[in-house]
Amino acid sequence: MNRIELPQTGEWRRVSPKLVAVELVAGAVFLLAVSAVGVGLWYLGVGWLAIGLWAVALVALINLAFTPRRVRAIGYQLRDDDLLFRRGIMWQRFVAVPYGRMQLVDINRGPIARGLGLSELKFVTAAAAAGVTIPGLPEAEADELRDHLVLLAESRRAGL
Amino acid sequence: MSDTDHAGAVREDVPEIVARLTDGQWHRLHPASPLLRGGIALIAILGVVVSNLRERLVGLFLPRFDEEGDPVDYILSHGIIVQALLVIVGVLLVLIAVFYVSWRMHSFRITNEVVEVRSGILFRTNRKARLDRIQGINIVRPFFARLFGAAKMEISQAGHDANVHLAYLGSAAADDLRREILRLASGTRNAALPVTGVATPDNLIDRRLGEFLAPELDPDAAPPESVVNLHLGRLIGSILLSEATLLALAIVVGGGIWITSTGQYYALLFALPSLIGFGGYYVRRFTRSLRYSIAGTPDGVRIGFGLLSTSNETLPPGRIHSVEVSQSVLWRAAGWWQIRVNRASHSSSRGAANQANTTILPVGNLDDARRVLELMLPDLVGEEAVAVIEKGLVSRGNDAFTTSPRRAAWLLPLSWRRNGFLVVSGSLVLRKGAIWRRIIIVPQPRLQSVALSQGPVLRALGLADVHLHTVSGPIRATLEAIDKDAAVGFFGEVAQLAVLAGQNDTSHRWRSGEAEA
Repeated sequence: MNRIELPQTGEWRRVSPKLVAVELVAGAVFLLAVSAVGVGLWYLGVGWLAIGLWAVALVALINLAFTPRRVRAIGYQLRDDDLLFRRGIMWQRFVAVPYGRMQLVDINRGPIARGLGLSELKFVTAAAAAGVTIPGLPEAEADELRDHLVLLAESRRAGL
Repeated sequence: MSDTDHAGAVREDVPEIVARLTDGQWHRLHPASPLLRGGIALIAILGVVVSNLRERLVGLFLPRFDEEGDPVDYILSHGIIVQALLVIVGVLLVLIAVFYVSWRMHSFRITNEVVEVRSGILFRTNRKARLDRIQGINIVRPFFARLFGAAKMEISQAGHDANVHLAYLGSAAADDLRREILRLASGTRNAALPVTGVATPDNLIDRRLGEFLAPELDPDAAPPESVVNLHLGRLIGSILLSEATLLALAIVVGGGIWITSTGQYYALLFALPSLIGFGGYYVRRFTRSLRYSIAGTPDGVRIGFGLLSTSNETLPPGRIHSVEVSQSVLWRAAGWWQIRVNRASHSSSRGAANQANTTILPVGNLDDARRVLELMLPDLVGEEAVAVIEKGLVSRGNDAFTTSPRRAAWLLPLSWRRNGFLVVSGSLVLRKGAIWRRIIIVPQPRLQSVALSQGPVLRALGLADVHLHTVSGPIRATLEAIDKDAAVGFFGEVAQLAVLAGQNDTSHRWRSGEAEA
């Protein structure tokens, strides 16, 4: 009831559910690596450090369990004059960026995401803190969205 | 150019030079530039090295001098004075030739659209900067360059290491050139105002002396009156009442206790360098604040300072991305404030009081702060808004600002009454802190994006954070722990305002709307 709900917004466009798989693999690799180092340290006799690492691994495990929910929480809307982006369940974050503020658009593909045909789109403005990064877009959709955003930015260009 | 011709009628030589510099052709810098830029240092260093290592260098290259002792003796005793002199002259000629070539190869031009610089002998570089993206123009006159009547111009552009340096130009020409560049950049179609000039003496020494003693504010471009007078006492007080002093006191007290309790008095030796360091810090801050002045011109705010080495920068309108008025608890009793800004450009040159050049007002009372705000935000906040902001600075809460609810006291036990936001015409105002008082003003056309966030603790209390994103700088415009519904409303309003203000903004060509005269 204390959650942030934005009034009168349109339909959120969601990212591909395949992103869950990407996040799960990445999370599992991290989990395994941390636990393995923990086991190694245990046998070397640095018990307290190993317990610390296992605690980290436990948090990562819990985090992993919420992955599907977290991916469902990522959304964006192309409003008339700005891009609205949201992510997070525990740590909710909403960002609104006017199209005219765009400096450039990046498209990145990690190895696992590329295997599943996903791209990550990054909208860069003059402010470093904005951090609008939309993961898990199907490749075609990401390219189309990038071209669309560039067009929108061109027609609404603003200074710095 | 016709507009500068009639200016030339008023003041004979200088406007002609400027008209020449902005005619779109390639021009060279001040002839003494290579010398000023590093030649002198090079020669001095060489001199020191040679005089210190003379014997060894000679022994290294010409081992047979070893038994003779001094090479000067050798030269004298063998009667090869002519040859030795020829070698020295040859080295000098090579140095001069290198300087001359580097000067010949370093040229710049200013057109209606861009300023372009090319330089380098072996590795050529060419830098082109658009005039309408200029973030500020700084004219620095280091002490030594002032003796030569030269000045360094730095044209700031957005981005890291993106500034255009013109080092060095003639001192008088630099001021006029800046005015001309700003006029071209402003997009005005009006000709430059005729310069009601000070008569320049014909005598070279008189002219140098005149330039040397002239006030840092160019009298014909700005209203000569600085809006702030930095009193000597206030300056010294503000420097002493700083965090550095607290640190120094902590070191002295801590060190004193430690030394007297352990009896290891030799530790005093280690304390000496750090004390010298603090002394240097105070002296630098002090000398860099002398003759501080700030005034408005048609092309933006001009800030000048410095006694021997002077610096004087013009910030065109719309180049200030956010403003912070702050007061540390140490300055509370004296009622002093400091004003800093976020700018898109990053310059290596230091600002007033030897602080980053984002510090606009090193120290001032409430009146000074108000006058500087009026100067910096004329189009951004109205007269009544300045009054509201001024009240907001010292208010304890319960005013025009929308502040945090009482339950935010869990997170902000002291400042929750003051912690709040306000939307005024043209700007967004955030107020924070009860001990370290701060007001942050973000001009709406400069807002890049806005974010709203909430973590588990804030959610439990029904609160949220709002972040206003501007270009990076010393100021982070983030407001923590305000009521969730108020935050959502503020977020929506700001998102709309950001779009509108961005579309209507014409400040990159700030005088383009001006009627033709």
